[in-house]
Amino acid sequence: MLLIPCPWCGPRDEAEFHYGGQAHVAYPENPAALSDEEWARYLFFRDNPKGLFAERWSHTAGCRRWFNAVRDTATNEIHAVYRVGEPRPVTA
Amino acid sequence: MADSTVAVSMAVPIAGRRSPAAAYAARFEAASAGGGLRLAEIPFLTQVNLRVDPKSPAAERIGTAIGVPLPVEPGTVAGGGDLEALWLGPDEWVLLAPDGAAPGLVARLTEAAGGEHVSVVDVSAQRTTLVVAGDRARDVLAHGCTLDLHPRVFGPGRCAQTTLARAGVVLVAGEDGFRLLVRSSFAGYVAEWLLDASVEYAGPAAGA
Repeated sequence: MLLIPCPWCGPRDEAEFHYGGQAHVAYPENPAALSDEEWARYLFFRDNPKGLFAERWSHTAGCRRWFNAVRDTATNEIHAVYRVGEPRPVTA
Repeated sequence: MADSTVAVSMAVPIAGRRSPAAAYAARFEAASAGGGLRLAEIPFLTQVNLRVDPKSPAAERIGTAIGVPLPVEPGTVAGGGDLEALWLGPDEWVLLAPDGAAPGLVARLTEAAGGEHVSVVDVSAQRTTLVVAGDRARDVLAHGCTLDLHPRVFGPGRCAQTTLARAGVVLVAGEDGFRLLVRSSFAGYVAEWLLDASVEYAGPAAGA
């Protein structure tokens, strides 16, 4: 079980959170102009790194806020958490 | 026929209300007989959910209007006695007041909000309040709550939205123990769980 530090509530049990996939996936500026393939890439294609990964989490059982976390997908260590709108912090 | 049904249901006096955990009063009392633990329900508390940008002038006007500044530090409670403001999120609070205070409180909040982007909702019926107090309160809650409940971390003036035995609760720490704001539909489950978790702490009087 992970202990995830919510940027508002502090460290909480993983069971209080929901996962939201890769962070910083920008909505296309003009979706209507995209080809089917480009749209599919926006909808379905995500990075799958072994190592640091910026991803979204929602503290559903607590403050119900979305935030971002940088997690090492190999070790599950969480290197940073930051609020929505804040830039991704530099992590080692 | 439909008309008469509506008339009957609206004619039910407020004294006929039944709190979500009313059926557990006797068992709560029995579990509290040992002295180390006190379980009880506080029914029908007024709860008003408030959402407003904490930096907006409306938030300040609301704080002035209700005499309790909205707490901005996560997980804290402001006020006391007849009006408490519990931090639920960075722009969300729930205000607790005695039974019957909802219409007046909502009116005061709405007036203080002015025309700004504020949400005021009477959610009194959403949750009931369970009391887990006494020396053993922390031990009982620790059976199903992942939070650190040590008074150094979670003492009086602190509150948290979390899960107790997988049920979502708002946990409020007090001098003598805790209040649990539990959704009405979960009240029976949480009451059963509390009674089960407290068996070993109920003391000889209740356990004999």
